[in-house]
Amino acid sequence: MNAAPPLLRFDGVICRFGAVTAVDDVSCDIASGSFVALVGASGSGKSTLLKTVNTLVEPTEGRVLFGGEDVAHLKPARLRRRVGYVFQGIGLFPHMSVAENIAIGPRLTGEKLPPERIAELLALVELDPAFASRMPDELSGGQRQRVGVARALAGEPELLIMDEPFGALDPVTRDALGRKVRELHERLGLTTVMVTHDMAEALLLADRVLVMDKGLLSADETPRALLAGAGGAVAQGLVAVPRQQAERLAAMESSGERGA
Amino acid sequence: MNDIWEILPGLGDKLAAHVVLSASAIGLAMLIALPMAVWASRSQVVSRLALSLASLVQTIPALALLALFFPLLLSLRAVFGEGLPTLGFLPALMALTLYALLPILRNAVTAQANLDPGVLEAADGVGMTKWQKLVLVEAPLSAPFIMAGIRTASVWTIGAATLATTIGQPSLGDPIFAGLQTQNWALVLAGCLASAGLALAADNLLWVIEIGLAKRSRWMTFGGMAVVALGILAALWAQSTGSDERRIVIASKQFSEQYILAQLIGSRLEAAGYAVEYRDGLGSAVVHSAVASSSIDISVDYTGTIWTNYLNRSDNPGREAMYETIREWEWRQNGVKVLGRLGFENAYAFAMRADRAQELGVTSLADLVGKAPKLTVGGDPEFFERPEWLAVRDAYGLRFGQSRNFAPTFMYNALQSGEADVISAYTSDGRIAADRLVVLADPKGALPSYDALLMLSPRIAGDKGVIAALEPLLGAISVEAMRDANLAVDREDAQKLTPKAAAAELAKKSGL
Repeated sequence: MNAAPPLLRFDGVICRFGAVTAVDDVSCDIASGSFVALVGASGSGKSTLLKTVNTLVEPTEGRVLFGGEDVAHLKPARLRRRVGYVFQGIGLFPHMSVAENIAIGPRLTGEKLPPERIAELLALVELDPAFASRMPDELSGGQRQRVGVARALAGEPELLIMDEPFGALDPVTRDALGRKVRELHERLGLTTVMVTHDMAEALLLADRVLVMDKGLLSADETPRALLAGAGGAVAQGLVAVPRQQAERLAAMESSGERGA
Repeated sequence: MNDIWEILPGLGDKLAAHVVLSASAIGLAMLIALPMAVWASRSQVVSRLALSLASLVQTIPALALLALFFPLLLSLRAVFGEGLPTLGFLPALMALTLYALLPILRNAVTAQANLDPGVLEAADGVGMTKWQKLVLVEAPLSAPFIMAGIRTASVWTIGAATLATTIGQPSLGDPIFAGLQTQNWALVLAGCLASAGLALAADNLLWVIEIGLAKRSRWMTFGGMAVVALGILAALWAQSTGSDERRIVIASKQFSEQYILAQLIGSRLEAAGYAVEYRDGLGSAVVHSAVASSSIDISVDYTGTIWTNYLNRSDNPGREAMYETIREWEWRQNGVKVLGRLGFENAYAFAMRADRAQELGVTSLADLVGKAPKLTVGGDPEFFERPEWLAVRDAYGLRFGQSRNFAPTFMYNALQSGEADVISAYTSDGRIAADRLVVLADPKGALPSYDALLMLSPRIAGDKGVIAALEPLLGAISVEAMRDANLAVDREDAQKLTPKAAAAELAKKSGL
């Protein structure tokens, strides 16, 4: 076993909503500094599991430990400052400027971010400092999610959790922002958990891929191992899609014409 | 109609009272509706319950809602003591507040329900507490919609506040009701113009605030709020000046004779150096208790009214015995001083057009019995509920084909146009002579006498100056003089007089 204690531990987590069991007894550890992708089809329970980390969802049974402490015992405001959250809906506050949006987390704990820090955070996500005074409705979708990432990083979190963060973006923006987040992960020494339904994205960005199916953890592999055929039928079904697409594109390129 | 421009400047104190009442009602409604909306956004049950209750209130006509608070507050006196006001500002405020709840509540609930779920998730995601989420996110994003609800509520409330007149709260309804009763259309229009103008002004100011909130323009938001605050402060200031010394408040019910007599009494008191205030257009039931509680100081009431409504008697011991009994009862029971009788009667009687009476061969109520099933009887809005009507109906066995309600001044028009064959007339009414109507005899003596009484509230019952100023009125007014004065106010030709001018004529004719 690894000597370093895990930053995050799911310990027998079960989430039920009425008759539906969204997460069915999941246990696993996530080591500090790792970039983990949580992959699965819609309704597999991946988003629900992710939200137990910052207590947006409370488990019916089991515990989530963050740095060894049960998240249920931490003050939500304090916990959520240490856990940056980026999600598909982005959720920029439309009545606040970009700078106010970025500074909101620290503001809640009584800290005022200076303009230099705002500019620094904007630079991290490759936005001009002039964006600070803009309102969210003046930005493009990609720019908004960059601000969303900057907001999640404003509190200097130890952990970044992302729920389909690039789901609503066009492919070019999506690819650029994915690479940017991976780069920030390295540079800032973050631990990152990203939920996505796109296996290609998971394979390219993460160093560990968890596959969820019907509330259960069905695979826990490195990208390389998955490409080599490990992880079982569900995982391989998900890997097959981008692989076949890549093969067809390659075949098209070599034959120089459309179709085969 | 040039009179309107002369009347409008004189409505300042009514306008101030109207503004203070409406603003208080809307303010109170906001204090209730906004926390309720927050609660409703957290619970489906509360949401549904609150909205249905508020909608239910809306189905009650405003006039009835206002009137209902009188008996409610009266019964609450058992809990809060005799000091609890049953008329005027308090019941008007409560009724209008209930009325203003719905638009504010509905808009606030809808605004909350339509907030972007992504934004709410982000609020939780960055670690906001429920309170921070409400203050930093939900409230600012809902504000423009809530403001729209407050705008609607304001326009409704300013309109409905004119009805507060009927429960003794001064408002811009005073000139409207007074004008309707005396057919002084300039007065009606002036009141309507003033309240419509106020509603429009409020609507536009609140619109500026709404736009300011939506566009996040501090300049517009706070500018609009400042003007609203200034308007309310000015109205409060206008109300507070001049009300230091307690004036003598003279009531009048909703018909011309009452307006004229109130003016006659007022002019005598003013001549004796008293400051007076008129509370015009009150509901008949309201006046009696208002005098007993000293919220009004002087009224003119009628023996028959008090006999049946307050002593709950249905017998008829004769004119003198009735007067003495009432005088003694009012003093013992309510501390109200019946100063004396003015000299004339305003009794209920049944009247018909002369040609119609002749055609049917009717001269008395007894003659009417066989013809009644084919006839329509008209009465004032309270008549068919009154014991007098029940007494006449049962004494003669009268069964009319149809009965209809008219405002007192319109009953005579209905008789002329044939919409009614018989009406419940009043013996002091000038139009009996003017329209050459036949008053039907009452051979069985079913209708009680209606001597006009001068009533003094407990507060001024011992005021020698007031008594000295008013004593010359006792026994001084003949039924003919009263009829002439009533006709002068009710007529619609060039000889029409205002109640004030008619009161002056009446004083001259009565040797006062």
